[in-house]
Amino acid sequence: MIEKSPILNFVTHAILLAAAFAMCFPIYVSLITATMPFERVAEVPKPLWPSDQLLVNMAAAWKKGAFSTLFMNSIISTLIITVGKIVIAMITAFALVYFRFRFRALAFWMIFITLMLPLEVRIVPTYEIVSNVLLPIQRILEWTGLAWLIQTLSGVRVVLKLSLINTYLGLTLPLIATATGTFLFRQFFLTIPDELAEASKMDGSGALRFFWDILLPLSRTNIAALAVIMFVFGWNQYLWPLLVTTGPEYRTLTIGLTAMQPGSDATADWNVILAGALLVMMPPVLVVVLAQRWFVKGLVNTDK
Amino acid sequence: MAEIEFSNITKSFGTTQVLHSLNLSIERGAFAVILGPSGCGKSTLLRLLAGLEKVSSGEISIAGRRVEELQPRERDVAMVFQNYALYPHMTVAQNLGYSLRVAGVKRPEIEKRVAEVARTLQLDEYLKRKPGQLSGGQRQRVAMGRAIIREPKVFLFDEPLSNLDAKLRTQMRLEIKRLHRKQGVTSLFVTHDQIEAMTLADILIVMNKGRIEQVGRPADIYEKPASAFVASFLGSPPMNLIPATVDTDNRGIVFGDGMKISLGYALPVAPGTEIVAGIRPEHVEIGNGHIVPVEFAEELGNGRQVHLRIGDMAVSALLSANDKQVIGDALAIKLPSEHLHFFAKDGRVIDVQPTAHTVSKPETAERTVSVPALV
Amino acid sequence: MIKRVVFEDRWLPYLLIGPQLLIIFLFFYWPTGQALFWSFTLEPPFGGDAVWVGLRNLTEIVTSPVYHIAIRNTLIMSVATTVISLGLGLIFAVFADRGLRGMIFYKTAIMWPYAVAAPVAAIAWQFIFQPQIGIFGIVNQWYPGLWNPALNGAHALTMVIIASSWTSITFNFVFFLAGLQAIPNNLVEAAAMDGAGPMRRFFDLVFPLISPTFFLLLVLNVTTSFTEGFGIINVMTQGGPGNATQTMVYKIYQDGFIGLDLSSSSAQSLLLMILIIAVTLLQFRFVERKVHYAGSDKGEASE
Repeated sequence: MIEKSPILNFVTHAILLAAAFAMCFPIYVSLITATMPFERVAEVPKPLWPSDQLLVNMAAAWKKGAFSTLFMNSIISTLIITVGKIVIAMITAFALVYFRFRFRALAFWMIFITLMLPLEVRIVPTYEIVSNVLLPIQRILEWTGLAWLIQTLSGVRVVLKLSLINTYLGLTLPLIATATGTFLFRQFFLTIPDELAEASKMDGSGALRFFWDILLPLSRTNIAALAVIMFVFGWNQYLWPLLVTTGPEYRTLTIGLTAMQPGSDATADWNVILAGALLVMMPPVLVVVLAQRWFVKGLVNTDK
Repeated sequence: MAEIEFSNITKSFGTTQVLHSLNLSIERGAFAVILGPSGCGKSTLLRLLAGLEKVSSGEISIAGRRVEELQPRERDVAMVFQNYALYPHMTVAQNLGYSLRVAGVKRPEIEKRVAEVARTLQLDEYLKRKPGQLSGGQRQRVAMGRAIIREPKVFLFDEPLSNLDAKLRTQMRLEIKRLHRKQGVTSLFVTHDQIEAMTLADILIVMNKGRIEQVGRPADIYEKPASAFVASFLGSPPMNLIPATVDTDNRGIVFGDGMKISLGYALPVAPGTEIVAGIRPEHVEIGNGHIVPVEFAEELGNGRQVHLRIGDMAVSALLSANDKQVIGDALAIKLPSEHLHFFAKDGRVIDVQPTAHTVSKPETAERTVSVPALV
Repeated sequence: MIKRVVFEDRWLPYLLIGPQLLIIFLFFYWPTGQALFWSFTLEPPFGGDAVWVGLRNLTEIVTSPVYHIAIRNTLIMSVATTVISLGLGLIFAVFADRGLRGMIFYKTAIMWPYAVAAPVAAIAWQFIFQPQIGIFGIVNQWYPGLWNPALNGAHALTMVIIASSWTSITFNFVFFLAGLQAIPNNLVEAAAMDGAGPMRRFFDLVFPLISPTFFLLLVLNVTTSFTEGFGIINVMTQGGPGNATQTMVYKIYQDGFIGLDLSSSSAQSLLLMILIIAVTLLQFRFVERKVHYAGSDKGEASE
């Protein structure tokens, strides 16, 4: 900052205040509404100050949406996604950077191309395979005639079926592959001086030992950054859990909350629903606010 | 007995060949320095020995054991890297002890040896610090400590002093020398700095373009360079190399500006052959003889360096501090024939009549082609 | 840029890379192949093998009027969301970069909405835009029937655009701020010494320097706007009223999961995929350029 102009400073504060207001506005409205007793929800003009029913409404939302189960499901699936993505990204990047093997370039491009195949466009066939992950094997058996051979020889019809619908695996596994995470770690590993790997070789450590003793501790900040981003990503999943869960046992919070949502109904218990919304957004919001530094790093480094 | 033996080593990266069928043996306990410009293959040679690169063909043995198929950890060598390569997330103690930890040495034993090494290198106070909190010289000592602690058969140094400032470099050079004196472990040290090479080496190996140009004691190589390349690479300021023609009677040479020097012995080449004559700046005598133009003189403190021209070639001469002569636009110089070196157009040395040289420089006659034992 | 140092192991690299490859084979490549297969075939309604129909599924969808509406809506939403979120993100970042007191507060206030899931935000926005009791519904008190997204398609589209812009401002803000903070201070100081005022400096110096970031964000925003927005639409409008907020992605979901028309849904997937690949290749070019911009390529191993 060079100018010490008070006018410019005033404008800056005014604009940033407006920005902060605009960004907080929907959540502020939610918060106010969530503190209201049901009778005051429809009040127009809207009250600007909170009332005292927040905890009551939250408890009501918790009960109505059966959040106890959903909370556990969200935590479990988010943790699987976060840890899974980091592990997968790191070991893949390690292989790509520190080994020369056949099909290395092919593997790299296979992972790269997944960036162009977002879940939304392959949603139906992905659902099909999650409802039977053994489908490719079944198909291969059929195409090669092995299924026919087995049936003729033994009389047993080969039907391989393993459904991941309504399982934690089904909820998380298709989301664990990560091209951006892999490239983040690849990029980072490439900046680690060659001499460090050579020194550890001279010191007698092999590939895995080097990974564990040197690479992993050096990657701490990148892991933290990726973890923040992936936690938010995992917690906020909506389309996929909507499809692969059919009952409340494996539903996540976002699904449970939107199921309570009344459409555009004026007479619905908005106070309870918005109290629920606050509950649902709390964990990722806390993570982003408390780990802002990692969040910024993660966002900037993974999405380029 | 040879501790390190390279025979017929070649190395290629893709289609570029960086080492051409190279042979070298280094005696146990020697401090050998490989000197050469960047890209000459010297670091590659070191990395082949360390096991960080694979040979394309040829054999390497350490203490009589073939090693070219072994992993670095199985070769019993330790290395000090140019940029130290300390593990940034580990303390000095952990850095020093890492190789022992990998080898599965028990913790009290590790602690004992770390303490010993730290004492030798005066690192005791810094054991709890991370490399980021150390000065350049301290990092350098940690890097050396990490090599020492393993008690290897061979130490490898890959330009370890090039990241230090001039003062520290001299100091660390002495420390390395002292350490070698004390421990007597065979060492191979790679550098492009000729002063480092001259001062440290028992045995000097000069490399150029993937080939060994010359092997020998530093003083011998300085006195009797085997090629124009070696002649120009060793010495500061470097040897003057001036094109000349062999005179009709074979016993003299003529420079581009008409200056003639008679040698008193015959050159073993045909009259009229174009050669290169070399003379070190400190051997150029001034005060009488042929008059040449002066460009300028530089004050060095302990003397002066005068820049002259012979024909269109720049030539320098060193004057000692007690030579108070005023330098004008021209100067009479003499190039004493006993200090002249002769090289063919391709750079190889032209051996003059051995008798002539033995007379003027008897001590160089002892030079042998093979590496002398130094135990 | 490759490593000089490699570890040698016959099986380890395959073991390390295997899990990811297995996952992308199962959940990316197999489904994509399946979608391709479906888009060129029809499943007979009473069972039996799929029938090859060539381009029929594709021509059917391309000529369908509803699909035209979906394309139009997708483009409108994509352009509007990109302009709003990119523009506001940049403005916010430029002022936040001035580094006045209280910046932590502003930055946090602008950043944390990133953590709010789109469908959750959609619920809040829906309440705000509720015609009878929402804050925005106040306009109906002045003039009844002025605002009703449940019936008026333009209103619904506006509402969806506002909600999805809100969710994507943070992303752009963070990137722009990072780009701005990477500009060396002495450059800006030099421009000030040359007599350039703050506005002048922004257009002559700052903007050209962050233009790679700008282009990168432009492409990223456009690509994601094609595929995202499912959560917001599904919560707020379900594509209605009367297809007014129907988009290409939402239609794939509706036709596939609600209409159970695999062939049509897959044909649409194929079209969208082609669109995304085209835009991603464009993006890749920009990313490449960005890497060059940074000039951080390390030379290969040499002595």
